Amino acid sequence: MIIPQHVGPIDMVAVIPYIAIICVLAFVLLLVPGLVWIERVVVALIQDRLGPNRVGPRGLLQSIADGVKLFFKEDILPANVDKMVYYLAPVLVIVPALAAGAAIPFSIVKIRLDSGVVEPIPMVVGNVNIGILFILALTSLQVYGIVLAGWASNNKYSLIGGLRSSAQVISYELAMSLAILCGVFICHSLNLVDIVNHQGGYWFGIIPKWNVFQFYGLGAVATIIYLIAMTAETNRAPFDLPEAESELVAGFHTEYSSMKFAIFFMGEYASMLVVSGIATALWFGGWQPLFPFLAFIPGWIWFIGKLMTFIMIYIWVRATLPRLRYDALMSLGWKKLLPMALVVLFLVALVDTLQTPSQPVGSHVAQGHLAASMVIGESQR
Amino acid sequence: MGRGLAILNWSLIGFWIMAIISVCSAVLMIANRNPVRSALFLVLGFMMQALLYLSMSAQFIAAVQIIVYAGAIMVLFLFVIMLLNIGSPEALRERGGLQAPAAIVLAIVFLLLLAGVGALGGSQINHLMNPSVIPNYGTVDAIGKTIFDPSKPWLFPFEATSILLLIGVVGAITLAKRRL
Amino acid sequence: MPAVPTSYYLGLSGVLFTIGMIGVLIKRNPIVIFMCIELMLNAVNLSFIASGRHFGHMAGQMMVIFVMAIAAAEVAIGLGIIVAIFRTKETINIDEINLLKY
Repeated sequence: MIIPQHVGPIDMVAVIPYIAIICVLAFVLLLVPGLVWIERVVVALIQDRLGPNRVGPRGLLQSIADGVKLFFKEDILPANVDKMVYYLAPVLVIVPALAAGAAIPFSIVKIRLDSGVVEPIPMVVGNVNIGILFILALTSLQVYGIVLAGWASNNKYSLIGGLRSSAQVISYELAMSLAILCGVFICHSLNLVDIVNHQGGYWFGIIPKWNVFQFYGLGAVATIIYLIAMTAETNRAPFDLPEAESELVAGFHTEYSSMKFAIFFMGEYASMLVVSGIATALWFGGWQPLFPFLAFIPGWIWFIGKLMTFIMIYIWVRATLPRLRYDALMSLGWKKLLPMALVVLFLVALVDTLQTPSQPVGSHVAQGHLAASMVIGESQR
Repeated sequence: MGRGLAILNWSLIGFWIMAIISVCSAVLMIANRNPVRSALFLVLGFMMQALLYLSMSAQFIAAVQIIVYAGAIMVLFLFVIMLLNIGSPEALRERGGLQAPAAIVLAIVFLLLLAGVGALGGSQINHLMNPSVIPNYGTVDAIGKTIFDPSKPWLFPFEATSILLLIGVVGAITLAKRRL
Repeated sequence: MPAVPTSYYLGLSGVLFTIGMIGVLIKRNPIVIFMCIELMLNAVNLSFIASGRHFGHMAGQMMVIFVMAIAAAEVAIGLGIIVAIFRTKETINIDEINLLKY
């Protein structure tokens, strides 16, 4: 479908970022109740339970009922808390998650410019040329919300949850950044739109040139590292030690009630959506169709379909795997994932150099250095 | 009215907002007795600095500023504050005496010195109001090509930094581990 | 749109550096002193970037990258020392950490 540049008085090229803002916010905020319902139904299915079935047909209205309940609940402030930090923490959980969505391109529209040229314009809020770094910066800020919530609650379980979370997030961020760098090496760009465009096309007309299939299997290894690290980053099972209900009551959000609790909940799902969005754009071709003969399906449907696949994997893993012990979590992060990610990054760089001898290797190694400096920062623990 | 709006220099206004916020957060950081709050104000200051870097079109440095300082270093600070459990305000009593007034006098002398140096040696900077612009100044591409350009002096220090970081890793583990 | 003059950035950098210096002089908590040193390093970074932009030279940004890498190493070591001192002395008040005097 080709849209003309001027529809009435509106310049479509100028309007697209605003449409993208509305789409991202509406998608994330409106989808969360749906995701909660999907999660409960699927987990119930896997565990052979009934799941929500009281409110509305097949329990569809359950999340809305929960939301209304949370909205009208009493807002409790525990004794002797640091009020500023206590109120700031939920905000710090949800704002970075929503802001990181700004750099993820989710579709492409063809626009016929006034000059008659048809130009593909990506649907993205901000097409920044350091897109990946922008997202990494924002996801690294998310740990503040959890740590401060744990500290400000004035509760030993919350504090332990917050400490666990900070250690876990900074440990897995390294493996995640290194895995992301592999994708950057493959595409020679930090711009997510360029990265997705790079993944267009097919080998033998059937195998999509997504990053996950690139570089003789190295892309797949990096993808797996990224997927494990992203589960840990978002504090989801089997890495949900910060909120392990059997040992820490509910971890960092034990003392939060009413809408503040709901915001923590929404922040968790929003960050799940964001890291799944990165996985989609970085490894699985973003809006690019799986097979060439399926290209008639619009790009945003492909994007949302891939995104929802990752959400289903999240739910499936949560229902299947038991929670890790804390030392097992740390040894997985530092002794297995991090060395593996370093080796994969090295091999990807090697293959890249051999494939394109004239290409200067350096321009992206700067971030390898950056990741190394982060290793230092956190090795202190 | 319209003329007045045209005179308004938006980048200057943005600079003043960011400058005031960063100075205020720095003052609040040292005025606060609670280390956790101090750390939070410092994070706010780092954010403002990242924005200032962006206003000077140094995008890569701005992103790295947030990733390294706000995302890694300050989280580590918070982690240690919570680990040692010194987060409550009464944990450490500040000693009174002449220290604070003396420090402020010294600071004023230092600022005057800076201003004097700026007035004497800064004429070169002051008359050039509009800075020179090079293409792709702050992009990753330009920075990477500069670092790894053998004809420029940055390659060796860059590699030496990696050795320094390795020493940092070993030193930190040696310090933090009770028994090796 | 006219850009912000470089001297403004340098002035802000000087003010931030001085505030950091005051903090180092008056605070008793080594962690906060450490944060003040980070603030001073950042003030210097700001002036590096501003000068680099002013003279159209990449050296400003290069120096900032090195400063950041070294700051990361320094924080790791410094916080390690603070944790080690806390383990042996059970205090981190900088006035009571005076073993090297004797």
